[in-house]
Amino acid sequence: MKRVMLAILAVVTVMSVALSGCSTPTPTPKPIPTAIPTNAGAVVPTATAAETASGTFPVKIAIVVPLSGDVKTFGESSRDGAMMAIEEARAAGWPIEVVLADSKCDAQEASNAANKVISEDGAKYIIGEVCSSASIPISQIAEAQKVLQISPTSTNPDVTINEDGSTKQYVFRACFLDPFQGEVMAALAIELGAKKGAILFDVGNDYVKGLAEYAKASFEAQGGEVPVYEAYSKDDSDFSGILGKVAAADVDVIFLPDYYNKNNLIAAQIKEKGIEAILIGGDGWDSPELQFELFEGGYFSNHYSPADPRPVVQDFVSAYEAKYGAVPDALATLAYDAARILLQSIAEAGVDDPTVVAEKMAAIEYEGVSGMISYDEQHNPVKAAAIVKIEGGKQVFYKFVAP
Amino acid sequence: MRLSPLKLLCRALAWAIYALLGVGIVWGLVALVRMNGPVYFFQAVVDGLRLGFVYALIALGYTMVYGIVRLINFAHGDVFMVGAFASYFAITRYGWSFVPAILFAMVVCTLLNIVIERVAYKPLRQAPRIAALITAIGVSFFLEYFTALKFVFSADFITYKRPFEVVVWKIGGVMITNITVIIIVVTTLLLLVLQYIVYRTKMGKAMRATSMDNAAARLMGINVDGVISLTFAIGAALAGAAGVLYAIAFPQIITFMGIMPGLKAFVAAVLGGIGNIPGAFIGSLLMGEIDVLVVSFLPMGSRLRDLFAFLVLIVVFLVKPTGILGEAQVEKV
Repeated sequence: MKRVMLAILAVVTVMSVALSGCSTPTPTPKPIPTAIPTNAGAVVPTATAAETASGTFPVKIAIVVPLSGDVKTFGESSRDGAMMAIEEARAAGWPIEVVLADSKCDAQEASNAANKVISEDGAKYIIGEVCSSASIPISQIAEAQKVLQISPTSTNPDVTINEDGSTKQYVFRACFLDPFQGEVMAALAIELGAKKGAILFDVGNDYVKGLAEYAKASFEAQGGEVPVYEAYSKDDSDFSGILGKVAAADVDVIFLPDYYNKNNLIAAQIKEKGIEAILIGGDGWDSPELQFELFEGGYFSNHYSPADPRPVVQDFVSAYEAKYGAVPDALATLAYDAARILLQSIAEAGVDDPTVVAEKMAAIEYEGVSGMISYDEQHNPVKAAAIVKIEGGKQVFYKFVAP
Repeated sequence: MRLSPLKLLCRALAWAIYALLGVGIVWGLVALVRMNGPVYFFQAVVDGLRLGFVYALIALGYTMVYGIVRLINFAHGDVFMVGAFASYFAITRYGWSFVPAILFAMVVCTLLNIVIERVAYKPLRQAPRIAALITAIGVSFFLEYFTALKFVFSADFITYKRPFEVVVWKIGGVMITNITVIIIVVTTLLLLVLQYIVYRTKMGKAMRATSMDNAAARLMGINVDGVISLTFAIGAALAGAAGVLYAIAFPQIITFMGIMPGLKAFVAAVLGGIGNIPGAFIGSLLMGEIDVLVVSFLPMGSRLRDLFAFLVLIVVFLVKPTGILGEAQVEKV
């Protein structure tokens, strides 16, 4: 029965890949020999993928990401990135089964999804969630059930740390943290000559709140002033009151650490109020649905830039473009890295046992698209941030900031 | 008629409280103007007006339906949401301009609300009031989550394309957008039409009669079911227009967008005196001002905004349950 299901799954996967290959216009041949799509649309493994995928025993991996709701494009990119790494490994002969679950960037939905993939589907490894507020409840379940979780993009410290300050044995992440991102953006604001800043954040979102707090502390420590530090709630749509304060305070820079959707709404109202400050933000801006014309001249910190010349980045970018017809965003990149870190750890462990794999992961040396990754004591990767500028209606690589 | 001394004392106390309240409000407003300057204050007032006029359109539907069938139609906020989506499709898919889009949204909402009334509320007309109230909450959830399905509107935030460009005028430092002006004009127009229907037409007379005494109206030969349907239809048309105006003012829509404005409008209707049309209008303007002034003048105000809104509800229920313009009426047993 299970075998039949697997066969069906395989057929469906191949068909969907083939179909997606058909619907996208055939890209002009690229001079990179590692990633030319065949007519059937199957993925030719790259050299690096073949190295990683040395495992042969079947494993079951759950991808728990938001596929609907406020930040669905984040979830879809993450799914695509992770699936690409997994399909590369599959193409190298590794029988990997994937369970997809929609967790909607919501604490409750995420708990339900995690329980489902662990208890019903029997997955031993979870890639996800995107949002910190959803990853934290999953991490508690993973820790209790001894299931290995690697979150591609959740930046809140509490994802990998217990309340008593000890590290969660089974939980890792592929991205840098809120404190780092907040500090980077505060430093950038100072560098841009800002003296007064406004910070607006969603108080119900751990990630956004974390970024706001660290940016404020860091900006003030460097001599800046934050006359407007205002929280709003997820359902707010009228920002005229807050923006009235911002206009009256005459700030140089406005830090909007929220995700693209809320920022689109806030930026539209900033324009109507005639406020001229520079807008800056975190990696929550990184979406094709960000309305670039509203953010012209703004900056945000990100995990990688497609302009990075390293071959591992260029190979990944061209392979992803060939497959999905778009430049990979940071979400897809981190999910790809997260999946490859997981696969490499499983391959190194040589057994389908999350406890052994977790030990291997803690000691990993991995060269990824988002930088060289190794883990510190608290299961956080050590790497650099890329600053992206919105210029001429598109994203332009500005510079790297190393810790 | 002689009043007992105790009653007299109570009445005097009540007037003293009102006087104190009045003085307090005037003093508070003067203090607010002085705090950050008049431009800041009047900017907030203008922004509050914009919100208040939208709330007014929603609150009218609440209050009319309550006046006729004594039902708080909690699905009203979701009808408002459907109005926003209807105009979104009209504008982005078919490229309609503002006036046809708003008329289209009003028609869609009217039909929807008539269906809701027929399917969900009419069978419960003789049931206890609480049954209809719970059903209204059920209808509300149904609308929110059904429309959130992928093949309906989807659960995503959608950027709303305005049917016209935003123009900003600066009057003595206070910025007024054409959106604010349009909201005020459209709401006023609809209010005048409503006033005409309720007080100058035969249908309006029937509505007023039904709201006074349902059974007696029926005995007088009034088609009570027809009147109830008409009331739901008018309320929905207003909510649909409100949805369009709200989406134009804050250009992002999602199927859950109706919850908060719906609740605020409900509070506004209670504040003005539920069942009373001018009361709902005044209550809504006050709610809009409270919303914006709280955020503008208190630190971390946007977290306190909803708290204040619902505090108003509690205070009204405790101090004057009939609201500003509502009359005390004896419950018919």
